[in-house]
Amino acid sequence: MFTIFADTHINFMSKRRLFYGVSIAAILIGVVSIIAHGGLRMGIDFAGGRLIELRLSERLSVQEVRSLAGQAGFPTAEIQAVRESNDVLIRIPLDPADETQGVSVSDRLRTAITSQHPGLTAELLREESIGAKIGGEIARQAFWAILISLGLLLIYIGFRFEPRFALGAVIAVAHDVFFILAYFSIFNKEITMPVVAALLTVAGYSINDTIVVFDRVREQLVRLRREPFERVLDISINQTLSRTIITGTTTLLASLSLAIWGGEVIHDFAVAMSVGIIVGTYSSIFVATALALELRHAAEAKAKA
Amino acid sequence: MGGNFRWKLISLVVLLGLSIYALYPTVRYYSLSPAQREALPEEQLTKLRGNALNLGLDLQGGMHLVLELDRTGLTDAEVPDAMDRAIQILRNRVDRFGVAEPTIQPQGEDRILVELPGLLDRDRAINLIGQTALLEFKLVKPEAEAKRVLERLDRALARTGAIDEADSDFVGAQPLLTLMPFWPEMPFGGGGFFMESDVAEVQRMLSSVRVDSILPIDTQLIWGKTTESYQGYVGRVLYVTDQRAQMDGSGIANAVRRIGLDATRPNAAGVSMTLNAAGTRQFRRVTAQNVNRNLAIVLDDRVASAPNIRERIPTGRAQITGSFTDQEARDLAIVLQAGALPAPINIIQEMTVGPSLGADSIRQGTRAALVAIGLVVVFMLVWYRASGIVAIIALTLNMLFIFAALAGMRGTLTLPGIAGMVLTVGMAVDANVLIFERIREELLTGKKVRSSIEAGYARAFTAILDSNVTTLISSGVLWWIATGPIQGFATTLFIGILANLYTAVLITRMIFDVVTGNRTMEKLSI
Repeated sequence: MFTIFADTHINFMSKRRLFYGVSIAAILIGVVSIIAHGGLRMGIDFAGGRLIELRLSERLSVQEVRSLAGQAGFPTAEIQAVRESNDVLIRIPLDPADETQGVSVSDRLRTAITSQHPGLTAELLREESIGAKIGGEIARQAFWAILISLGLLLIYIGFRFEPRFALGAVIAVAHDVFFILAYFSIFNKEITMPVVAALLTVAGYSINDTIVVFDRVREQLVRLRREPFERVLDISINQTLSRTIITGTTTLLASLSLAIWGGEVIHDFAVAMSVGIIVGTYSSIFVATALALELRHAAEAKAKA
Repeated sequence: MGGNFRWKLISLVVLLGLSIYALYPTVRYYSLSPAQREALPEEQLTKLRGNALNLGLDLQGGMHLVLELDRTGLTDAEVPDAMDRAIQILRNRVDRFGVAEPTIQPQGEDRILVELPGLLDRDRAINLIGQTALLEFKLVKPEAEAKRVLERLDRALARTGAIDEADSDFVGAQPLLTLMPFWPEMPFGGGGFFMESDVAEVQRMLSSVRVDSILPIDTQLIWGKTTESYQGYVGRVLYVTDQRAQMDGSGIANAVRRIGLDATRPNAAGVSMTLNAAGTRQFRRVTAQNVNRNLAIVLDDRVASAPNIRERIPTGRAQITGSFTDQEARDLAIVLQAGALPAPINIIQEMTVGPSLGADSIRQGTRAALVAIGLVVVFMLVWYRASGIVAIIALTLNMLFIFAALAGMRGTLTLPGIAGMVLTVGMAVDANVLIFERIREELLTGKKVRSSIEAGYARAFTAILDSNVTTLISSGVLWWIATGPIQGFATTLFIGILANLYTAVLITRMIFDVVTGNRTMEKLSI
């Protein structure tokens, strides 16, 4: 039998205030970062705009591509090199006039690049454009989707467990979602539709993790009726700890594989997933379970008073 | 091992049978070499492809467009069937364009979704789909009258000081006229000829005043579609025409690309149109009444050409010449024949994936999936030994069921879909981890192997159920809001979880029952 976490007796709950500090600090850093960046950096899915990815036969520096894009009539283009390749991502604000001049935007960019570098080829890998109006609609939809799914999870868990468990679990998930957004803000990465997909998946995963602990608590509350609530929580967390770590590991292995080997298109998605799995595992213990304890204490204090 | 076991076995055999049945066309289609595909009869190949698992636009390359019909110019009576007509016309255009299995469907009340899988030429498709193709025949004003109109416009522009002094080389009493290199000569008849480099400046000037109120009644300015050259100068013509159209594209019965329509450019491509009876009658009348005048052929508010009417044309044949490439002429013929859209459309969302990126995504997605599966398999074997094999069998079946369900539902495999499967691999083992950890706990309490397994499954079940239902909820919500490839992610995740409840709980239990059933096992490799 291969075990590492058998029969642990860690007093998680006694250290919960330390981890509240950690979580609150992380949230504050995220809030500061988001304010400092003037809000979250929205990808073209939500903000509207045009994204063009070109595959160059030779590497050109980002500055070079920027100046060539300027010559092609796109001085505001944002250029990003794709890792481990000669591919470049070019982001341009959407201007309906761009496409009506007979020559497409991507052709103008390609011509500007190849005319300055004879012998170099520039292949169009992808082109995405989204109008600001539909982008706004998609953003609103994504926002509601996250809220609705949190609401549905709250209802389901409230139905299957005690309401205060549900509240703790859903706050933990909101914590995870916010943490991923903060991570993206700190590293100045764009929020795109795939990232929102990751947020929702993380919500499901994190709740999943919380439920396993709560399920054990539900069982142990019956068995260990005489033990204090706090101890029941600690025992339950310890008993499920090896499962928490193993499942976290296998899921993280999967999402890191995607982040490392899955290519540019799903890279941000996989990064968001990986961050979310780590935070989700942490939060099911230190946020969800701890909050359930706080809510219980608050209820007891009220009952006494 | 009683009747319960028998039913489980039957369900497994049935599901495996269904899976193989659902996946057979996919395996067969993708294992055919291109030459073998050629050899198959067309009908059989279409059927096979229809039943095979589709690759999403992000994997095979292609184009995803959301169009919005601009209904502002329509009357209330025209609004109700404008969408249906637009879709019909787009379908006609796309069918002639030659894309296998395009999707064209309404989305909401004024949007149209167009998906063109495997498409290689983006610009051509945008041009073909995006243009309204409103064809109008308008008379060009006679030269003397056009001259008066341009002078009048020039005076108005000078008065308003519309010209930006810092921006222009020509500041003076005649802001517009000085930009015409041959003025007062008019090399192209009833229109002003401007240098290509000045066109933007002229457009800016014209937009700075209310041209409509300056121009006489039934007069309109329309730019030429392409550049013209005269005595070595390259420029564009601003035609002065009637506002009223003599006829429109509804009179066209047939349009084809032709080479050598224009005697001065024998190799240039153009479009030759055959008019229907009503069109022929109209065209005969227009040409008879306006011999020696120029008739502008206006396509989407640009003059394609403005030939001189030499004589009455009774035959019902008309042609459009100009500097078209062969391809452009071909596409123009397509859109003219398919008919004009009832209103202009705007492309509000585009996602085009080139074939190289699609191939990259397949390669990278597959690599990431294999690495992830490999890592999880090794991890499970190291951690759970022989019981790990049981979990891996469940995982394999899970993958098989996801593919089979996708193929059976005529679903589409996208890159996010592959990502969904990879994550399913990571998460699907959770159910087995829960069960195995529980069995270990039970074994530690000194229970026998059989009863530990029994208790492990029984006690882990509520956690498995609750945690899977929550993941179903969040992937269901995602499926509801997402479109295109991301929806593929939600789909595979959803199916993966459902399949997981079956494989990780029922199937693994069956295996344990078989292995431990016939003898009293002292030790369990877990």
